[in-house]
Amino acid sequence: MRPPADEISTMSTDGPKALVITAAGINCDLELAQSFAAAGAVPESVLLSELLRNPTRIDNYRLIGLPGGFSFGDDIAAGRIMGALMRRSIYPALTAAIERGVPMICPCNGFQIAVQAGLLPGPSIDSAWAASAAEPSIALLQNSTGRFRDAWTRVEIPADTRCIWTQGLECDDATGILPSAHGEGRLVADEALLDALEANGQVAVRYHSADHFNGSMRRIAGICDASGLVFGLMPHPERFTRWTQHPRWTRLSAHQRAGEPLGLQMFRNAVERVLVNA
Amino acid sequence: MTLVYRVEVRPKSGQSDPRADAVIRQATALGLSAIPTAAQHSSVYLLAGDISEADVGRIAHELLADPVTQRAEVQARGIATHRLDAMVEIHPLPGVTDPAAESVESAVQAMFGTSVLVRTGDRYDLAGINQLGAMTIGERVLANPVIHGVHAEPWHPAHFPAGHGYTMRIVEIPLRDLTDAALEKLSREAHLFLSLQEMQAIQAEYRRLGREPREIELETLAQTWSEHCVHKTLKSTVHYREANLAAGQFSLQSGQRLANALPSAAHAGAPHATATLRPGHTPANDGSVTIKNLLKSTVAAGTFELIDEHNPDRIDWCLSVFVDNSGVIAFDDHHAVCFKCETHNRPSAIEPYGGAATGIGGCIRDIMGTGLGAKPIAATDVFCVAPLDGTDVPAGCLPPRRILTQVVAGVRDYGNRMGIPTVNGAVWFDERYVGNPLVYCGVIGVMPRTMVKGVTVRGDRIVAIGGRTGRDGIHGATFSSAEVEHGHSSEFSHAVQIGNAITEKKMLDAMLAARDQPDGPLYSGTTDCGAGGFSSAVGEMGKDVGATVNLERAPVKYDGLSPTEIWISEAQERMVLSVPPAKLERLRAVCVAHGVELCDLGEFGSNDGMIRLYWHGTEVGALDTHFLHEGVPMPTREAVWDAAWSAAQLPAPGNGRGVGPRLVDTTCALLAHPNIASKEWIIRQYDHEVQGGSVIKPLVGVGSGGPSDAAVVHPVPGSRRALAISNGLATGWSADPYAMTLAALDECVRNMVCVGADPTRMAVLDNFCWPSCDDPRNMGALVRAAEACYDGAMAYRTPFISGKDSLKNQFRTQDGRTIMIPPTLLVSGFGIVPDAERACTMDLKAAEHVLVLVGTTGARMGGSHRVMLGACGHADHRLPVVDPARGARTARAVAACIAHGAVRSAHDPSEGGLLPALAEMCFAGGLGARIDLSRVPVDAADHADVSDECRAFAEDPHRYILEVEPAQLSKVQAHLDGIAHAVIGTVTTTDTLEVVGIRTPHESVTLDTLRAAWNAPTGG
Repeated sequence: MRPPADEISTMSTDGPKALVITAAGINCDLELAQSFAAAGAVPESVLLSELLRNPTRIDNYRLIGLPGGFSFGDDIAAGRIMGALMRRSIYPALTAAIERGVPMICPCNGFQIAVQAGLLPGPSIDSAWAASAAEPSIALLQNSTGRFRDAWTRVEIPADTRCIWTQGLECDDATGILPSAHGEGRLVADEALLDALEANGQVAVRYHSADHFNGSMRRIAGICDASGLVFGLMPHPERFTRWTQHPRWTRLSAHQRAGEPLGLQMFRNAVERVLVNA
Repeated sequence: MTLVYRVEVRPKSGQSDPRADAVIRQATALGLSAIPTAAQHSSVYLLAGDISEADVGRIAHELLADPVTQRAEVQARGIATHRLDAMVEIHPLPGVTDPAAESVESAVQAMFGTSVLVRTGDRYDLAGINQLGAMTIGERVLANPVIHGVHAEPWHPAHFPAGHGYTMRIVEIPLRDLTDAALEKLSREAHLFLSLQEMQAIQAEYRRLGREPREIELETLAQTWSEHCVHKTLKSTVHYREANLAAGQFSLQSGQRLANALPSAAHAGAPHATATLRPGHTPANDGSVTIKNLLKSTVAAGTFELIDEHNPDRIDWCLSVFVDNSGVIAFDDHHAVCFKCETHNRPSAIEPYGGAATGIGGCIRDIMGTGLGAKPIAATDVFCVAPLDGTDVPAGCLPPRRILTQVVAGVRDYGNRMGIPTVNGAVWFDERYVGNPLVYCGVIGVMPRTMVKGVTVRGDRIVAIGGRTGRDGIHGATFSSAEVEHGHSSEFSHAVQIGNAITEKKMLDAMLAARDQPDGPLYSGTTDCGAGGFSSAVGEMGKDVGATVNLERAPVKYDGLSPTEIWISEAQERMVLSVPPAKLERLRAVCVAHGVELCDLGEFGSNDGMIRLYWHGTEVGALDTHFLHEGVPMPTREAVWDAAWSAAQLPAPGNGRGVGPRLVDTTCALLAHPNIASKEWIIRQYDHEVQGGSVIKPLVGVGSGGPSDAAVVHPVPGSRRALAISNGLATGWSADPYAMTLAALDECVRNMVCVGADPTRMAVLDNFCWPSCDDPRNMGALVRAAEACYDGAMAYRTPFISGKDSLKNQFRTQDGRTIMIPPTLLVSGFGIVPDAERACTMDLKAAEHVLVLVGTTGARMGGSHRVMLGACGHADHRLPVVDPARGARTARAVAACIAHGAVRSAHDPSEGGLLPALAEMCFAGGLGARIDLSRVPVDAADHADVSDECRAFAEDPHRYILEVEPAQLSKVQAHLDGIAHAVIGTVTTTDTLEVVGIRTPHESVTLDTLRAAWNAPTGG
């Protein structure tokens, strides 16, 4: 569903267009669209069924978001069905967009879908996207606590990350946090693959050691592809674009609230990148 | 006949197996004698269709298994090998909704273009125990026999059970010539749950018509006339009297008899007493009172007086009250917000997971079915269960720990999948909930103000969207109106349902897309299929115009459903829309895009205003809408208020464990009381932040370690305006439901005030859960609660805008004992927060700030958690005095302090009293406090008797604790002019709470000790 115009007061009409892909069970599309809008983009939510019918629609957008939720129920495994549908249909259109320089953000279920669809971790450095989607090489499994958990966690941005969404962002103790809400977020992969991702700067965000509830290998919360454009993470930056979303905002000083919230900075990064490259 | 293929998916060796670990953990927690030493879990998929084994292999590897961590195995029939010492396999029974199977079916269709039938299951291989032990684990830990089959071998049927064809026959139920005894027998045996009077009314109607009723008509009447649907107890005429009361005296507050029975408390002292009689109340000379339509004369009367056009200071922001599926108020000039709260008690007693999930699912549809459809933006949940440990569980009841854990899981899985944040709730423990746990689900929605009302007109198509119809939940409405007996759980298993949230989410997305078309909605009206299914939805929408329904057009889950079953099925996730014929094809296109099934069942309107039901062109039933909706007899009910009997129903107090010689020790014991202790294990299982609108979350402060008074959310992104959501529950005061109700309302209001809501813009809901009102003493208790709703609403100017009741909550055990729940009234509220940036939390902010206690404390400890702990024989056990006028005045004054930015934190001392509330503020803020109890403002009348213990732990209403910067104190004091208040202490940088009192020398306790007490496990 496209959000009614009056629900996005900050929406501009002349920014770069952002595609928000929705489908049965996707439920974080509205806040993802709002985050794009808050960063100066013009979001549009389109149903996957419409994109399947008309994949060339993807060519109209300069940013892409794959929102969170429980796509198609997530009953088999998180992201499995939607990922499988995308591999067989819009995968070529999406990889063409990435090759064109379109940044893509995939929070939570979006990350799970992107992994299942062969969009993350993507081809190795200096390789092009394969014509058909690669087998998943990363799994996002049930949290080590065995349970769904909604909590804000402290995060770290690796200084060497090539992720264009998180590059250059600083995280202090009070404001360097993001909300997570998932049952299946434990990142598991071959040690060799993880070594390569780390070496290539493809770790985009990590959980802080004090706040690492899902048991992901090497505390990895989010990764990017080799181009740095495709960003998948279990936390929800789209839920931290206003200070009143911070879990302790009534305790923050004016100084701490002076800048933009961490989530919004990520969207800002991507929109600015698109505008610079225009 | 097609083959059934079996696929198993399990972790590759070396991968973790959390579900296997969980089964060992749960078996251990349950204290089973045989605990496996190791376990393996496999997901089982049974697939049937026109597919080859190679196809199944592709489905298994591309869809069902994860290539990184799992292996899939397509299994031939008859190879039933045990991998470990024993195994057990769990499958949903035929006909039970299997959401995972539905997902796989649609995915296979989308990916491979083939349609298959799928059933899913779970296999557990267990080591270190024998097969008997494995079956015990299956039955006690993994399965609920009401919905699951438990297999000792891998289940691989040759074919799936299929429905049998239905041959139409019109069943007549002869009753025109039955005796009263035979009518009662018919009602009971056909599970109609109608009273003799109601059966007689139906008999008279069909004698008048000169024919016998058909089964479908009788079923429709039973559904429509059920307590669940028609609220016949609350709407009946009540003859109320009070035991041992002199003529002309109608007491409300104990010890505070009003000289004249009938002027309401709100109007007491008004000059023209006769003009201010409680509406609908007629006194008799013997001191009794006759109340016509109890609901209309109490709860609703307050609302209608407050919004009355002739009232000079009328409330003008109520947009729809009591008439639609939820109550609607204005949010701003363009948006309305609505709120509905439902209970789903009976299904949750039998199958807690499905019961709770379908409870929230149904309440979500009430929001979707309000006006032309609202978008759900937040949910609430309140559970009442027996204590998890030490409860004597009678045969036929599930253990309370299992009930609570599964209810939480049901709300979690449905709410999280729907993307609706569950933001507020409570859990109340009382052993009397053992057979009747209460599961309250509330949902809040937002919609454009132009969508508040729909109008169905003659000629509109009757369109059903969403899930398919099956035998699910047949008799749900009548069942929920019956008293539970120990035998019910098997007899009524068909009344239990499993929800499929994704079906509902797709339907919601499609409806909102159809609503928000540039040229207006594609439908003229809507309502949900709840209790009674199509019969109540079409019946309600076609009330004024009639309807012509072709039942064979309804999409069904399996063959063999009779027209009656289709008409009354309570299958989940369905809505009915009235659609102008010209818009039907556009609506169909929207539904197709969203993958939602749509069916045109017929037409609203019929020649004679009747509802006419057809099956392939043959009329199978005809219902007079007037008789259907107005024909139910409303007998006069007897109500007696017997205070002594009521007080005698209270549970015995605890053994005083943890009550210390020092006040701070007792504070810790209270913080660990399950009603008060942290509910973090529940809260964090809910995605309480989805939609990104959260402003004040359920847990606040340092480390998010303190309990928020209320939630605040942004219904309209981009607007500074926000909405506070809270609840009030004062079941500890059930000895007098009048006081209990006012206390619950006061708590609900206080909670909202504490987070920054405007007390002149708050609306509330009533949810009564009562033991059987066939007992006049329970009915008397109900009358008192209803009277309090009126008095409270008038005093606080908080209109009740929607409500619901569940009035037969008692359990008959095998040995003939009846366990009645305590009378339980949940007050849910929402209120406008004018500026989200001014919202306030309860965690202390900085040292040197002063702590102001607003409101007085008396010597009465009745209803307090301190009394519940036990070892409190010395205290005055009367309930504290409730004064709604004072409560309302206090709320407005405190709200003014907060609105002017003079308050840094605010918290209401309700459950546990002052010291536990202060302790919560301290550890939530990571700051200490120094408190002097001798400065607590006390009730002047009781002054001499108010001990330190009362000051610390009494649960008087109308009180607030405020943290104020010293420079702001004079401003706060000015706002509080005329309201008892005092500075009782200061915030400190120490990590201790320090207390002195009249007779209490210096005591101190560390924040860590307090925090640890509050984090005592309460379940999970």
